[in-house]
Amino acid sequence: MKEYLQKYLTLRKHNFQVAVKKAKNRKMCYLFLAPYAILFTMFYVFPVVASIYYSFTYYNILEPPRFIGLQNYTSLILQDDIFLIGVKNTLMIALITGPLGYILSFVFAWLISELPRWIRSIAVVVFYAPSIAGNCYVIFSVFFRGDVYGYVNAFLLSHGLIDTAKLWLIDPKYMLPICMLVILWMSLGTGFLSFVAGLQGIDRAQYEAGYMDGVKNRWQELWYITLPNMKPMLMFGAIMAITSSFGVCEVTMALCGYPSTNYAARTIVTHLYDYGFDRFEMGYACAIATVLFLMMILCNKAIQSLLRRVGT
Amino acid sequence: MSKLIKKRKPNRSIGGDIALYIFLILVAMVMVFPIVYAVSSAMKPLDELFKFPPRIFPQHPTFDNFSDLFVTMGKSGVVTFSRYLFNTVFITFVGTAGHLIIASMGAFVLAKYEFPGGKTFFKIVTVSMMFTGMVTQIPNYLIINKLGWIDTYWAIIVPAFAAPMGFFLMKQFMEGLPTSLIEAAKIDGANEWTVFSRIVMPNVKPAWMTLIIFSVQGLWNNRASTFIYSEERKTLVYALQQIQAGGIARTGQGAAVLVVVMIVPILIFVFSESQILETMASSGLKD
Repeated sequence: MKEYLQKYLTLRKHNFQVAVKKAKNRKMCYLFLAPYAILFTMFYVFPVVASIYYSFTYYNILEPPRFIGLQNYTSLILQDDIFLIGVKNTLMIALITGPLGYILSFVFAWLISELPRWIRSIAVVVFYAPSIAGNCYVIFSVFFRGDVYGYVNAFLLSHGLIDTAKLWLIDPKYMLPICMLVILWMSLGTGFLSFVAGLQGIDRAQYEAGYMDGVKNRWQELWYITLPNMKPMLMFGAIMAITSSFGVCEVTMALCGYPSTNYAARTIVTHLYDYGFDRFEMGYACAIATVLFLMMILCNKAIQSLLRRVGT
Repeated sequence: MSKLIKKRKPNRSIGGDIALYIFLILVAMVMVFPIVYAVSSAMKPLDELFKFPPRIFPQHPTFDNFSDLFVTMGKSGVVTFSRYLFNTVFITFVGTAGHLIIASMGAFVLAKYEFPGGKTFFKIVTVSMMFTGMVTQIPNYLIINKLGWIDTYWAIIVPAFAAPMGFFLMKQFMEGLPTSLIEAAKIDGANEWTVFSRIVMPNVKPAWMTLIIFSVQGLWNNRASTFIYSEERKTLVYALQQIQAGGIARTGQGAAVLVVVMIVPILIFVFSESQILETMASSGLKD
């Protein structure tokens, strides 16, 4: 046993020395990477660590942080009903718009991939534009206005489908579905672009070989040739879809108000803003952020291992 | 037409293709409708905005809403429209330029050299794309507070230098560059910096455009309301959204705001679409 340990240690030591030697030879690389690495660590890695640390403290910026153990987490789960509403809403939005947006991105990328080149480039602009149109989603509050002059109300009333005007963005019953609709409208984003580009890159010869081997229609072609080729893009698109669907807050805040009626449109991120930047309870807000962080990472890891198995 | 039919793949039915076209046109109309509606509202005179039943297109298009926007902004306080515009353009330009240089340098060595720690670092960058900026908002605020950057442009510009998305795409694209190109330059006696600035960068121009559009999108739409509070440093989007919140009398101007905000990212995308798609082709995550 001791022998093995000794051997293992010398091996580790040797490997380490080799690494150091390599690193010395590659000094230039570190110099090139340094500016990015330092800023990245400062604004992306360190904040996560700091967030976890602060989540165990009471911190209001004015006084130095005071360690209070798990208290933030216990009050989040046991006392904060609004947080639980936020979790429920976030999960509902993420579980519905995430997969749906992801599938839509792929389906439309796939459908337009066979169009002639110039039509395709127009189609890409049309489908991608909503996701980069700034806060254009605000226009939906005009469509869904609560009085009889709101377009949706007016349309439904004149066709006799409803008999009184519905308060679309004030009635908790309708808030989330409408928000989901708007989020879906915006969901053909970066992942969609990645799919469009990936579909162009598939070797045509593979399709021709497919015809020889008896691929009969577009569905078989999709399953046996297209999807296996698209795996790396599918992974990338999944990350984009999960990240954006868990981070929902701007759309709900703009459409349903902040705070919304009965907190019916509150999400985890809205809650985080509330505690972080309105009440300045930084410790508590960091606990919310840590919960969100864990949810996103776990979900991403799960989806990645799922996708890895598909098509093999 | 006959050419189109000849080019068709052998395993497609004509009926299916026609159904596909009709379906795509319908969806495309749904997708553009809100945007078209925003643009046309911005060009409606006041009496048409509240007309019922509403019309999609204005009968007497006008640019009054846009000029009113200038007037309202000029009146609203100490600062003129041009100042807000300058703030946003400055932040967007400096942030994007710095991001392009810093991220490309790092991406170049990660893509083309092997060195201890390189792979691990890239993995961490990939993981960081898995959570939104929202998670790091609060510590970021505290860090920027410590640095004394609250209420300065740097609070927005410097974190933008390190955006993981642009870095990721740049690295993936650079991996596609033939290594022989770099080796040839090395044999001719070029050092790393020359290789980077003379050989690599001119060859990855599509990736530049992609990185630029992602960065511009993020910065142009950045309200930065938590970091910047003094009027003369507010971003255009923030100021515009304050006007938008001005209630029903500002409906026309509000629509004009939407148009001003969305026009820049969309135009950049339209003009650089092919380069962006070329870059995105290497966006896949292999493991």
